[in-house]
Amino acid sequence: MFGFVPRPIAEMPWQIICITLGIAGFGVVVLYSAAGGSLSPWAGTHAIRFSVFLIMALVIRLFNEDFIKLWTYPGYIVVAVLLLLVELVGAVKGGSQRWIDLGFIRLQPSEVMKPLVVLALARFYELLPIGQARNWRAVWPPLVIMGIPFALVMTQPDLGTSIAIVTGGVTVMFLAGVPLRLFIGAGLAGAAFVPVAYFFLLKEYQQNRVLTFLDPESDPLGTGYHISQSKIAIGSGGISGKGYLQGSQNQLEYLPEGHTDFVFATMAEEWGLIGGLVVIGLFALLLRWATFVSLNAPGRFGKLAGGGLTMVIFFYIAINLLMVTGLAPVVGIPLPFLSYGGSSMMTIMICIGLLMGIAHNTRQSSGSGGRVID
Amino acid sequence: MKRPGKLITRSSLNVTFNRRTALIGGAQGLVGAILATRMAYISVVENERYKMLSESNRVNLTLIPPRRGWIIDRHGKPLANNKADFRVDLIPQRVKDVDATIEQLRDILQMPPDKVEDLRTAMKDARGLQPVPVASGLTYEDFATLSVRLPDLPGVAPQRGFSRQYPTGAAVGHLLGYVGIVNAEEYEKNRNPLLITPGFKIGKDGLEQYFEPQLQGKPGARKVEVTARGKIVRELGVQEDIPGKPLKLTIDGGLQEFVARRMGRESGAAVVIDCQTGGILAFSSMPCFDPNSFSDGIGRLEYAMMSQDERVPLLNKATRGLYPPGSTLKPMAAIAALQNGVDPDETVNCPGGYRLGNRFYQCLGRHGPVNMTRAIEKSCNTYFYAQAHRLGYDKIAMVARELGLGEEFDLAGANQRYGTIPDSEWKLRKYKQAWTASDSLNAVIGQGYVIVNPLQLAVMTARIASGRKLYPHFIPNGKLAPTLPYSPEHLAIAQLGMAQVVSQGTAARSKLPLEGITMAGKTGTAQVRGFGSGSRGGAGVPWKYRDHGLFIGFAPVEQPLYATAVVIEHGLGGSRAAAPVAKDFMTYMFDPQKAMDSLLALEAGWGGNISERMASEFAAFRARSEGRAPQTPPDEPTG
Repeated sequence: MFGFVPRPIAEMPWQIICITLGIAGFGVVVLYSAAGGSLSPWAGTHAIRFSVFLIMALVIRLFNEDFIKLWTYPGYIVVAVLLLLVELVGAVKGGSQRWIDLGFIRLQPSEVMKPLVVLALARFYELLPIGQARNWRAVWPPLVIMGIPFALVMTQPDLGTSIAIVTGGVTVMFLAGVPLRLFIGAGLAGAAFVPVAYFFLLKEYQQNRVLTFLDPESDPLGTGYHISQSKIAIGSGGISGKGYLQGSQNQLEYLPEGHTDFVFATMAEEWGLIGGLVVIGLFALLLRWATFVSLNAPGRFGKLAGGGLTMVIFFYIAINLLMVTGLAPVVGIPLPFLSYGGSSMMTIMICIGLLMGIAHNTRQSSGSGGRVID
Repeated sequence: MKRPGKLITRSSLNVTFNRRTALIGGAQGLVGAILATRMAYISVVENERYKMLSESNRVNLTLIPPRRGWIIDRHGKPLANNKADFRVDLIPQRVKDVDATIEQLRDILQMPPDKVEDLRTAMKDARGLQPVPVASGLTYEDFATLSVRLPDLPGVAPQRGFSRQYPTGAAVGHLLGYVGIVNAEEYEKNRNPLLITPGFKIGKDGLEQYFEPQLQGKPGARKVEVTARGKIVRELGVQEDIPGKPLKLTIDGGLQEFVARRMGRESGAAVVIDCQTGGILAFSSMPCFDPNSFSDGIGRLEYAMMSQDERVPLLNKATRGLYPPGSTLKPMAAIAALQNGVDPDETVNCPGGYRLGNRFYQCLGRHGPVNMTRAIEKSCNTYFYAQAHRLGYDKIAMVARELGLGEEFDLAGANQRYGTIPDSEWKLRKYKQAWTASDSLNAVIGQGYVIVNPLQLAVMTARIASGRKLYPHFIPNGKLAPTLPYSPEHLAIAQLGMAQVVSQGTAARSKLPLEGITMAGKTGTAQVRGFGSGSRGGAGVPWKYRDHGLFIGFAPVEQPLYATAVVIEHGLGGSRAAAPVAKDFMTYMFDPQKAMDSLLALEAGWGGNISERMASEFAAFRARSEGRAPQTPPDEPTG
């Protein structure tokens, strides 16, 4: 590349750093406005958090793949136990609890579980004899690996996260070559299961959210309020937006959760369609990079883990954006790099760090040849 | 690395992986495209709609209640105007915790317990957006304190606006009525948002209600930018209200107030009519509620006091009080006799009564031979018994109706009960009985079936005094009334008799204390219930059984300007209770200072002016109802 740049610096994954920096930087700008033109309480913390987690990701990048493989199962087990603990603490305290207070950080085991399930399944398929890839034995253990955290998170209850866990896991299964008919069959069974789940598994507030999604105007001041106000914010922004710090929906607090789940609406009101397309474009670049990391990975673990992690990131982005534009029900899923919040950012940055690690590994194993993407 | 046999499978897995990754990538791209399209659709195609929704979020349009048109008297003096006011209302729908909110308001505004209780009751029945008034006339400090704490008090609406004010208070209560917030039924009929704007009131009674369309005006509007929590960020623009048009009345404000005050602690009514036009100069029914406190939403306690009062302050006695007119109908009867050919100089001997068959009808005295004018002057029953017996009452009733008795007038705002002027046909219809001579005798002295309201008496007097068929009205109309179908000579005889009543007759003690101006009149004393022929409800019986005192009169005698009728309920007698009141307010019309001096002396003896007395009565009532003072009977109202 550029001969005059020192090698360690030249070898840094600049492309992905720039993309994440771009989105997160824009996030700081938007959060500054969400606070009515102030660094506190969100924008400043957001910037610091991103810096910390970016460094964390760059550290994860340097982990040897064997080291990661070694710690995948133990890590999975530890976090699953933590999930159970959280559940027990919640039961003792009476009420739902999702985090463990470690003093300096409130750790949400369910967040860490998302990449861990992906890694665990990737590891499983790597170890699975190739001949059994289309075998029944390629199906049931992954279902158990996913099923345990899914059940635990579901009872918290955290519908969004549990679906995210399953989505990551199913993606790995799909990429690992599990026969297509199983997915089609499961899809059909799932469709049949939806009414059952709706009536027996979902809590009343979750049911309301679904109902409201189907007909937001039915309850404009209750659960439909979020979606209505979000659409008003995006729609009133027009092509070029109302101008920075000029979004009335956000500034006058009509938009609820304008700094967390609905941060995209906050942004779109002030930056308009142009801002929205830029954000979507940046996410597309991010996912394109992640997809190529997985495609270019030499080993099965890297490929499968890369694909699953890509899906986890995509899941966040897609569900959040579908939600704020009124195409999906309100589920508490934040928008990566833009929404204020430490847990989700940590999860995303772990995924990014792991992906960077896979790319790093690819580069090292292929030498200078092949497509350099990191 | 490459193991035989596994090679194909591994590469086929890789092919599958690549294919499926492409599939997923494609699906992700598709979702991205959907999102971009969706966003473009919302923000470009539906932009107008969402812009509008965003604006309607941001901009809060509040109506500014229009200032009501003033009600002014004939000289332009305000009888009802508006004062700048800080007020606070509760919007039931927006209040989260009613009890906590009321407690906070109580602490901030230092509301007395009965007011707090009223507010609680009102909030229980309240629905939706209709404001419940909490208090008005706040000090600026209270208003500021409330405004600051607004974010913690959802549903509390402090407002700076105008409220109705009646400078003479109770003196104009029954005349003007009062204003009040729109009730649920009225809002159901007309779902105009102005009606439920805090601070907006409509006329609820009297002229305020009758002339509502003219007085109401057009609301202004204030555009403000508000946050989702209702905090006002800034004002975007104000459109001023258009105040209602002023309403000019024939009323003389000074006289109106004087009459009301002069009624003192009595219960009764007085009407003064302009003899040239028929315009009503004063229209008073006392005691009366204070329209100021009614307009603020009267408290339960104050209302209880009003409705328990045996002097019925809530009844407009001037048009809804019906009284046997007693002897005040004698001048009218004299005109009827003249119309039917009776010679005014013909005398009737009064031996102290009149014998009809085997019954002897009492007169108040032994007047000896009396002609028509002297019969009026002395209020001789015998003379009129004889005339009624001779003519029959049907002929007298015709004149009574021509002079306005028994008539329901086309009078703005006043709900009237028009009483009865009986005749034979009426009795047959009502009681299926023939008219008797005895009925005629009772009717001619204004007893028996005859029952009228004070306004009718005033109109009758004005018509006798002016010779014109005047119609009472509140709004100046400039119409010239037609003359009565009676010869001026006949009317002059009745007028002369009335002049003698004051100059030397039954009301001789009520001569006007003025040089060159004299009053004519006729006293009347009406039995409240039958004590048997001749017995009277005098001072020895409980107040509510005592005779009513009545007086009709006009002044000046030579060129009548003002005609009046006064009824003092249970006042014992017309010359004793009613004539002195008329004397004083007639004096006021010619020499206000002199009249006012004598009024102030009287008021000193009564315990203050109207509002002072009402305040002390209310304080006593509140103390009794709260058990702070021993139960004492109310003051004797006749005093």
